[in-house]
Amino acid sequence: MPRRIIPRPVSPYPAVGPGRSDDGCMALEDFVELKLGHHTKDGIEVVDVEGEIDVYTAPRLRELLIDLVNKNNYQLVVNMEKVEFLDSTGLGVLVGGLKRVRAYDGSLDLVCTQERILKIFRITGLTKVFGIHDTVDEAIAARKSEK
Amino acid sequence: MPTVEVTFTPLPAHVRTARLVATAVARRSGVDEALLDEVRLAVGEACSRAVEAHRRHCPAEPVRLELTDLGERFEVVVTDAAPPDAVPGQGGIAPVMDGAAVSAPDDGTASFAPELMDSPDSAFPAAFGLAVISGLADDVRISPTDSGLSVRMSWPAVTAAM
Repeated sequence: MPRRIIPRPVSPYPAVGPGRSDDGCMALEDFVELKLGHHTKDGIEVVDVEGEIDVYTAPRLRELLIDLVNKNNYQLVVNMEKVEFLDSTGLGVLVGGLKRVRAYDGSLDLVCTQERILKIFRITGLTKVFGIHDTVDEAIAARKSEK
Repeated sequence: MPTVEVTFTPLPAHVRTARLVATAVARRSGVDEALLDEVRLAVGEACSRAVEAHRRHCPAEPVRLELTDLGERFEVVVTDAAPPDAVPGQGGIAPVMDGAAVSAPDDGTASFAPELMDSPDSAFPAAFGLAVISGLADDVRISPTDSGLSVRMSWPAVTAAM
């Protein structure tokens, strides 16, 4: 019976870190998933993040945010509804993105309703720094109303 | 003697492994499901800080993670071998205490001022991770050791009925 090979999702942003071990064995880190995507909606760039944002994967999100800003996208919404884990490294990347867009009078809003993710924003006081919304449409509407 | 002891090469990829092991042992030790996310995040923060300190000062040395079922408590100790005060603001305990960029008051919250970062690409201060831990675990002790820093934290556990 032929083996069925299911390809892993391919991100346009290269993974960082050592990846597969030298002996070709599947290492635990091979299962680290951070899926990134983005699309434009009503003139605002929406970044879709899925998986775990930690010290290992956060550089990929940082590269994407830098890339978007370098391409003159200064109004960003980061959709974190499918984020399963976020640590202070990930928070640092989001704050870095916020500072970057603010330099161009832009904005970076978040979409998140998960209590376990919201908790770290509350612990760190960053709920006062970011606009955090329940849906992408709500985030976009709030941004449009401020213009 | 720890229930489970793990040492790992200071690579960011291994922090996830440490989180997974800690969460599994915490669940087995009777930590309530509602607290497992806090254990996972706190262990990740402690290990991330240790990995960063080792990568700067002693990349050949492993980071140590000890997980102990104490019956009514589940204890985690993350020990690094990097000099606590080798680079101010990066690995030591002092930045947590001076509150210059981050503070962790008794109400379990930390605060961070983004404008204090030098550039958009600046990493959060290492002390920020420690402050987050303070907001997650109800018992945290951070102390210097002979060779580095020890982050000890614990959570309540329910002893399984025999």
